[in-house]
Amino acid sequence: MHTLARAFSAPAFRELGYWLFRYRRTWRGSIVISIGNPLLFLTALGLGLGTLVDREDSAYLHGHSYLTFILPGILIAGVMQTAFLEASGPVMQSAMSRGSYRAAASTPLEPAGILYGHLMYWILRATQNAVLFTCVSMFFGTVDPARAPLLVLVAVLVAVAFAAPAAAWAVTVTRPSQINVMFRFVVLPLYMFSGTFFPIEQLPVSLQWVAWATPLWHGVDLGRTVALGTATPYGVLIHIGYLSVMVVIGLYVARRTYRRKLYV
Amino acid sequence: MTDSSTVLIDAQGLRKVYGRPGDKAGFTAVDGIDFQVRRGEAFGVLGANGAGKSSTMRMIACVSPPTAGSLRILGYDSGADGAKIRARLGVVPQDDTIDTELTVRENLLIYGRYFGLSWKVLRERSTRLLEFTRLSEKADDAVATLSGGMRRRLTIARALINEPEIVLLDEPTTGLDPQARHLLWERLFQLKQDGVTLLLTTHYMDEAEQICDRLVVMDAGKIVAEGAPAELIARYTLREVLELRFAPGERQIMTDKCRGLAERMEELPDRLLLSTDNGEETLSAVHRQGVQPLTALVRRSSLEDVFLTLTGRSLLD
Amino acid sequence: MTAMPTGAPAGNPVRPGRAWTMVERNLMIYRHTWPVLLAEIFEPMLYLLAFGVGVGLLVGDVPGLGASVSYPQFVAPALLATAAMNGAMNETTFNMYGKLTTDKTYESILTTPMSVRSVALGEVFWALVRGAIVATVFLVVVSIFGLAELPGALLVIPSALLIGFAFAAMGLLTVTFLRSWQDFQLIQLVMLPMFLFATTFFPLSVYPRAVQVFVEVLPLYHSVELVRAAFLGTGGGYPAIAVIYLAVLGVVALAIAVRRLEDTLRP
Repeated sequence: MHTLARAFSAPAFRELGYWLFRYRRTWRGSIVISIGNPLLFLTALGLGLGTLVDREDSAYLHGHSYLTFILPGILIAGVMQTAFLEASGPVMQSAMSRGSYRAAASTPLEPAGILYGHLMYWILRATQNAVLFTCVSMFFGTVDPARAPLLVLVAVLVAVAFAAPAAAWAVTVTRPSQINVMFRFVVLPLYMFSGTFFPIEQLPVSLQWVAWATPLWHGVDLGRTVALGTATPYGVLIHIGYLSVMVVIGLYVARRTYRRKLYV
Repeated sequence: MTDSSTVLIDAQGLRKVYGRPGDKAGFTAVDGIDFQVRRGEAFGVLGANGAGKSSTMRMIACVSPPTAGSLRILGYDSGADGAKIRARLGVVPQDDTIDTELTVRENLLIYGRYFGLSWKVLRERSTRLLEFTRLSEKADDAVATLSGGMRRRLTIARALINEPEIVLLDEPTTGLDPQARHLLWERLFQLKQDGVTLLLTTHYMDEAEQICDRLVVMDAGKIVAEGAPAELIARYTLREVLELRFAPGERQIMTDKCRGLAERMEELPDRLLLSTDNGEETLSAVHRQGVQPLTALVRRSSLEDVFLTLTGRSLLD
Repeated sequence: MTAMPTGAPAGNPVRPGRAWTMVERNLMIYRHTWPVLLAEIFEPMLYLLAFGVGVGLLVGDVPGLGASVSYPQFVAPALLATAAMNGAMNETTFNMYGKLTTDKTYESILTTPMSVRSVALGEVFWALVRGAIVATVFLVVVSIFGLAELPGALLVIPSALLIGFAFAAMGLLTVTFLRSWQDFQLIQLVMLPMFLFATTFFPLSVYPRAVQVFVEVLPLYHSVELVRAAFLGTGGGYPAIAVIYLAVLGVVALAIAVRRLEDTLRP
């Protein structure tokens, strides 16, 4: 673990400092969005669409209102989406010849330090989003305040699990359109079909297997079972294990791609 | 029509003020200038940054309406017949505004379409222009792969797609390396040989001396001199210039000692310029005064000196 | 010598106002970046699958629309209207802002006989072409799954064109007010709620009357109603109001936008 300890020492915090310094210019808008998004989605889908869903009282919702059902899903899927966006476009731009990574790499900062510094920034942003989201949720009265902190922890784990591999890939990307394509054809389908808006138990078994294999479903199901208080030790273990493997592999590959890209 | 005395551009009392019409705080970029450009000549507009060169060029390109004065181009009024004039102009802007999403050849094709030219004509012309600007091998490449010099040549090829009678070039070689500049000058010279009228702005004196038959010097929105390069040098400077450099600590004392040794003396941040008819003689006089410069150089007067005399500052400031 | 121009004024037919060449330019670009257009068609399909089918299993039929309307039938037209809106708005806000600021594309176009009006109309034209492509492909796909009644549903295509026109013009007007890329957050702040609340996922009857009035003012609401009427073959006299609303909105926005662009592009 000594390499990890070294990486989280002072140099990485300089990189974090850079991103926080930039964030000073956009934090107001970002907070409006962090509060506005859950407010809009929960009102429109939870309450609006919920009136149609709750009328039918589907057995797949196990007696929960639609609002209660989709709330953790929207949080976790939203965190995943933000993590991808923050760890793709900015990373690609920073790694380009005039990007901020280049400037940082010409100081004593090592590529791994740059990675971990930026990662800390994504963690802070995910925490901000998750905390504000759960605050708004409590306003809707659907999240038990005692379980809210756990939900935030799950959200941060999901953010890292997606940010790390996204950054590992994005640092090698040269054209913005590649990120656009990845977002539309990979991230968006994950967002919509990981049990975010409807229970995957109602799908044919073969499609359920597909959903179980995808990473976001593990995040959404973990968040949902934690929020609803239906978590089982076995399920939690599998979900956390899956997401942790993503973190470890993501960081391992990212360290290599960062080094290869910045030390050419 | 090809009579070289035909006036193609005629500006009288041309003014450009930015800001709202009634606004007193408006910024005057061009402050009442008169000049004429004749067919087949290469006409230069010299000036430091902010002298009003680019505003003048934009008015001639009919993309910026004059605030006052008259501007007639190719016999049309620039205000009323902008589109007709633009159809017969080629414009090379200061920043390369080529379409980065298109390939090299596609840039020429689509630009030609804006002039209403047919695809058939454009296919033939684009091949010829790529050859002319030495870009044939790059025809199907993305613009992103071009070097600075190539981008500028592509911009020039694009400006020629409508076979213009006048080509406007705004600082055509700024930011290019020496080799790229020389290739560009050679191509511009070729255009001039072919009878195209060139109008260019520059802050490089060597460029103006190389290319321009006639030029105007602008300062703070006004024309301060007009003529052929050699004429201006003869009119505004003595034959030679003595350039002296001193050790930083001694500069002020040495400069004071040199006063009166030449008819005109200019102090620049890094050196002292003495205008004289005979540089060697002046240098001897300097030595006799007990002045010991780090370096001393005698050279012919140039447009740079004309500019210095007229405006009191260096062009590249 | 490679026979360069010798300054003969003949041979250059001057035809200003060639808005169509802007469409040609965009078509040429899309030969390189066609995945973007593909993604634009793909996105409403994803929503249709997730909401129409996935959430549809939870919803059953949609109440309050007279005949029994399944949830996918209800959502599909709304997604098409939204796709037409987004495609047009993206083109005249996001893409156009880039061309106005970073790329300075228009600066070089305007040194040709093209007028500001031709450029503006051309970009709106292109938004319509895109809208037509997206609408046609979407219509074909949903028809295969039996969600639209042909031939009546063919009215969807002119509807998508009208929606594209109205929002392209609105986008054109919006872009003249933008100060920086940051301002796109503000556009999102309007577009996202409009997408969520303009009867895309649930009928107007869900709202209390006061909120209904607010929703009925939204341009996307009228767009959704227009396409829904074509899809379901319902609506009675309603589409007339939507058509007038969108046409007036588009024409007025376009007129103001062209004037403002003149000021920006020919200072």
